[in-house]
Amino acid sequence: MLFKNYRTRYAMVMDTRRCVGCQTCVLACKAENGVPVNGYRDWIVTETKGEFPHLSMEIRSERCMHCTNAPCVTNCPTGASHFAKGGTVQIDRALCTGCKACVAACPYGARYVHPDGYVDKCSFCMHRVTKGASTACVEGCPTKALAFGDLNDPSSDVARLLHSRTSKLLSPEEGTEPNLYFLV
Amino acid sequence: MTEIELFRNSAPIDPQLHVWGWEIPVYLFLGGLTAGLMILTALAGRGLPRESQSRAMRLLPFAAPILLSLGMGALFLDLEYKLHVFRFYTAMRPTSPMSWGSWILLLIYPATILLGLARLSDGEMAALPRTGRFRGRLAAIVSRLRDIATSRAPQLERANVILGIALGGYTGILLGTLGARALWSTVILGPLFLVSGVSTGAAFMMLFRLGHEEHAMLRRWDTGAIGLEIVLLAMFFVELAANGGQKGQAAVDLFFGGSYTGPFWVLVVISGLIVPLAIELAETQKGWRPAIVAPVLLLVGGLALRWILVLAGQASI
Repeated sequence: MLFKNYRTRYAMVMDTRRCVGCQTCVLACKAENGVPVNGYRDWIVTETKGEFPHLSMEIRSERCMHCTNAPCVTNCPTGASHFAKGGTVQIDRALCTGCKACVAACPYGARYVHPDGYVDKCSFCMHRVTKGASTACVEGCPTKALAFGDLNDPSSDVARLLHSRTSKLLSPEEGTEPNLYFLV
Repeated sequence: MTEIELFRNSAPIDPQLHVWGWEIPVYLFLGGLTAGLMILTALAGRGLPRESQSRAMRLLPFAAPILLSLGMGALFLDLEYKLHVFRFYTAMRPTSPMSWGSWILLLIYPATILLGLARLSDGEMAALPRTGRFRGRLAAIVSRLRDIATSRAPQLERANVILGIALGGYTGILLGTLGARALWSTVILGPLFLVSGVSTGAAFMMLFRLGHEEHAMLRRWDTGAIGLEIVLLAMFFVELAANGGQKGQAAVDLFFGGSYTGPFWVLVVISGLIVPLAIELAETQKGWRPAIVAPVLLLVGGLALRWILVLAGQASI
């Protein structure tokens, strides 16, 4: 797509085998980003498979996938949803009309309408990352199930984890090329 | 068995998407109606002298900007950040049909108003109020614009047809690019909404007192449009079932046994297409006196089509 060649490619890796679904990532995000009641930037999903007693459960901490081919960006009529530093998808509140085309376009349900009228979602805590810190959810996670970093840097946590473990993407058939990987 | 539990509760998304309420289908309906009206008024009066057209036919181009404004009003009500509405006009996003649409909407006002002015009779011009300085100046401007429009009538008619096609098609493509919703992810929505717009445009025009010949011509065109719309609707479902995979099949099932079966088949297919088609054929072939029934059914069916597709599209994954 239009903005594929970034020197830095921010991504998040989520280890489904470490996650216990404690929701600390959700609370850390709410506190850090002032997420309003009924709003969310990340959330927990549990997926149970099989027939009793042969059951398996996967717990995931999900958020905006910061897709490389982001349908929210292509469908935004004003440029409010845009690609920014490190290939992340960001929202410029001053441009958002609240038309909700992005909400309808997102296959992951990552966006909500803020009570102030603009659409909001996970920003990969860019305000922290640009100061050298990691995201609030990564720092808060008590089981170290989350990692954030630059995929193009081979020494980063995310690159090493993806190199050494089997991972999957959510709804790869949508062709969105998400940047949130799940270790299985 | 797979059971997914989602610890997220956002009113417009969970358990299913419902970000768009009545405003969007009403806008899509009025947009399509305007598109049909533009195409049909331009074609019906093409190259004809003013005197040979009925008063209603000559004045109908003025209905287009009024209907469009009502639709845009609904669209405005849907915006969550209404003060930022001007942001549509500080950007041109080539990948966003909504962006294209907002610019097309702006062009429609001059095109339709000038077409209407070109068809105003001398008598109607003479009846313009001219008392007072302001009214006099306004009348002079109208008169000048009418002169320009009259001299460029063929270009205006072409512009109305092209913009009408763009408007009618874009209302469908708008939903079609939101690929995350299986029901909408097909290009057929563009032509389907365009043809439906032409049909509802014809129906709207037939509500007015047109000449016998004009009515017969519109009816003939409308019969073709309804036939085409039925074919496109069938193609829409075949395409979804054949190419949409599991999600597409689930979306089709909403209309064949699912929760939208009743409203869709009764309001859209039977009373919105087949019955008016039969009535129009009888009016043309058996000489039935043209009645208001067929146009009203077509308009209700056109609104129902969009309403149901917008709701069902959000219900499909």
